[in-house]
Amino acid sequence: MLWVDKYRPKTLDNITAHQHIAQNLKKLVTEQDCPHLLFYGPPGSGKKTLIMALLRQMFGPTAEKVKVENKTWKVDAGSRTLDIELTTLSSTNHVELNPSDAGFQDRYIVQEIIKEMAKNRPIDTKGKKGFKVLVLNEVDKLSREAQHSLRRTMEKYSAYCRLILCCNSSSKVTEAIRSRCLNVRINAPTEEEIVKVLELIGKKEGLQLPSGFAALIAEKSNRSLRRAILSFETCRVQQYPFTSKQVISSMDWEEYVAEIASDIMKEQSPKRLFQVRGKLYELLVNCIPPEIILKRLLYELLKKLDAELKHEVCHWAAYYEHRMRLGQKAIFHIEAFVAKFMSIYKSFLIATFG
Amino acid sequence: MAPLLQSSQPWVEKYRPKQVKDVAHQDEVVRVLTNTLETTNCPHMLFYGPPGTGKTTTALAIAHQLFGPELYKSRVLELNASDDRGINVVRTKIKSFAAVAVGSGQRQGGYPCPPYKIIILDEADSMTEDAQNALRRTMETYSKVTRFFFICNYISRIIEPLASRCAKFRFKPLSEEIMTTRILHICNEEGLNLDAEALSTLSSISQGDLRRAITYLQSAARLFGSSISSKDLISVSGVVPQEVVEAFLIACKSGDFDLANKEVNNVIAEGYPVSQMLSQLLEVVVEADDISDEQKARICKKLGEADKCLVDGADEYLQLLDVAGNTMRALCNMPQEFSYEC
Ligand SMILES: Nc1ncnc2c1ncn2[C@@H]1O[C@H](COP(=O)(O)OP(=O)(O)OP(=O)(O)O)[C@@H](O)[C@H]1O
Ligand SMILES: Nc1ncnc2c1ncn2[C@@H]1O[C@H](COP(=O)(O)OP(=O)(O)OP(=O)(O)O)[C@@H](O)[C@H]1O
Ligand SMILES: [Mg+2]
Ligand SMILES: [Mg+2]
Repeated sequence: MLWVDKYRPKTLDNITAHQHIAQNLKKLVTEQDCPHLLFYGPPGSGKKTLIMALLRQMFGPTAEKVKVENKTWKVDAGSRTLDIELTTLSSTNHVELNPSDAGFQDRYIVQEIIKEMAKNRPIDTKGKKGFKVLVLNEVDKLSREAQHSLRRTMEKYSAYCRLILCCNSSSKVTEAIRSRCLNVRINAPTEEEIVKVLELIGKKEGLQLPSGFAALIAEKSNRSLRRAILSFETCRVQQYPFTSKQVISSMDWEEYVAEIASDIMKEQSPKRLFQVRGKLYELLVNCIPPEIILKRLLYELLKKLDAELKHEVCHWAAYYEHRMRLGQKAIFHIEAFVAKFMSIYKSFLIATFG
Repeated sequence: MAPLLQSSQPWVEKYRPKQVKDVAHQDEVVRVLTNTLETTNCPHMLFYGPPGTGKTTTALAIAHQLFGPELYKSRVLELNASDDRGINVVRTKIKSFAAVAVGSGQRQGGYPCPPYKIIILDEADSMTEDAQNALRRTMETYSKVTRFFFICNYISRIIEPLASRCAKFRFKPLSEEIMTTRILHICNEEGLNLDAEALSTLSSISQGDLRRAITYLQSAARLFGSSISSKDLISVSGVVPQEVVEAFLIACKSGDFDLANKEVNNVIAEGYPVSQMLSQLLEVVVEADDISDEQKARICKKLGEADKCLVDGADEYLQLLDVAGNTMRALCNMPQEFSYEC
């Protein structure tokens, strides 16, 4: 098991980072009428961990006895019947799913499957009427239609069904949904908190950490706990005992983007654009999300640019990312950004050096 | 720790008015519907307005008050966006519901029970235009025996031929005063203590959305006990702390792009919703004394554009960074146009 999973804290009391939020969540579920919850915050900040610990707090250890099911649902979509495949994780009292996996059919998941789940009240072994939680991941990726479809379901069955929604960017969740939840912001842990988590893991693994070593990893993690723990484990595989001069390697794809950045700084020509296209495709087929590529590319370029160019380049990055959202093929827009950059940079060079 | 087994409803549902007369602040529609209760005359209705202002509440209340619990199921059809409302459904479900005849209009069990059925189309703005068009005919065919209640946030998404068949009511955001009254009522029932400052904070952060106010109140009550301060409410509301907005503006004023970039990164890492950040920026900028009108105009124009991009699903970091760059250029009187664009 990877360390990120092995050392995921299981209870609200055992949590290292976000202790304050954990204690608040505990208080929130002491009564049985807590509102729906919307967890939001950057990747790897610990949302999932808190949600799982919260479920355990509500239902006890049974919440951890989950089974994974892969089921095909037959959904009646007016004139035809759709087969929608969906993976769910469920225990006696909760079901977790990722409705946006259904892509443009996500509306049917909300209308048919989620509503069905919310409607059916679980009966526990003692014959008492139960209480159920639906955990929906990545709600920011749900289409507007699907989000609209969720609204009334959240109100209608709220006597015995609570929703826990989870996402990165709450700006992408409609006002109407946000207004129906208690919004819980999970900030990225500070570097100090990350250091604490790493040191704890080090201790449990019986490792010696040179002073400042954990801090170095934390600094390179961009405040993502997941990333910090992953690179800690990579370091362990690469070299032990640790030395304080050990290189904390960045990920392969990041190196690759850095290469692209220097490529386009060196030469601005159709030929170079063509070469870069190949590299961009390479990243895309390896499933690096296009907006992540674009942001990383911008990050690399900003390191090298004059202040006056930064404004301009950032503007175009935002412009083409927006277009990418509206369009269909990501490659067009990343490439357009690269071409735009080349043109701006070239005129800058000409104006400056003749 | 006793596991949660049963549950009661969250406060928003617990305090949903059951009677039309208890709906606050929407006097016009309450007056018309109170009249309906006496005369049983009811036109088709269209309720529109922002979230949490009582639209669904009002429609459900009048339906219950007209028919009572016994007849409700057979006389009222509630279809919302959680139901598939494609053309087929409109053609079949609504038709089959509307087509079954109703008895004569006799009072039953103390309820008026008028001789028509009510079809509530909640969240109607998410219906496709085709489906709405299909409804026109249905409405006409069954106009004697059905009344339609359309409910939506945006009236512009309802096609004109439907809208023009209805009596339209705009649900206004609740005024601070009314909000305060409702909140005080809940505080009494739940044994909570709010001082004047907390009350006014709660009204202002909920921006006229009573559902939001109630959710904040309940969350704060769970987290901080029965004595709730203004600070407690802000911490559950997701409002961006004023220091963060200030720090962002200071970075922009400094003219140092890297500094601004750092602030943007911080906002993202802290997880503040950028849309919220934009609206708070707008407030601060508009009210600032040391920013000229021209500068304000330049900044606000971009804020609007960025907000639209966010609605389209654009990346929060990039949009905020673009706003930061633009704000910096405005505040430091740098040229608006880029130098190297061709
Ligand atoms: N409070 C915590 N204390 C200690 N370790 C934590 C804590 N929260 C998270 N972790 C560790 O960080 C890893 C990533 O956290 P988690 O999966 O909860 O992130 P997430 O917010 O759901 O991220 P994403 O948005 O990318 O899904 C976990 O696997 C766990 O090992
Ligand atoms: N005018 C009002 N008077 C009393 N309570 C109200 C009023 N408006 C909203 N509420 C409270 O807010 C909750 C939500 O209101 P309601 O469901 O009617 O909102 P809505 O206008 O239908 O919003 P949406 O557009 O998001 O569906 C109610 O349960 C009630 O507690
Ligand atoms: Mg996660
Ligand atoms: Mg409603």
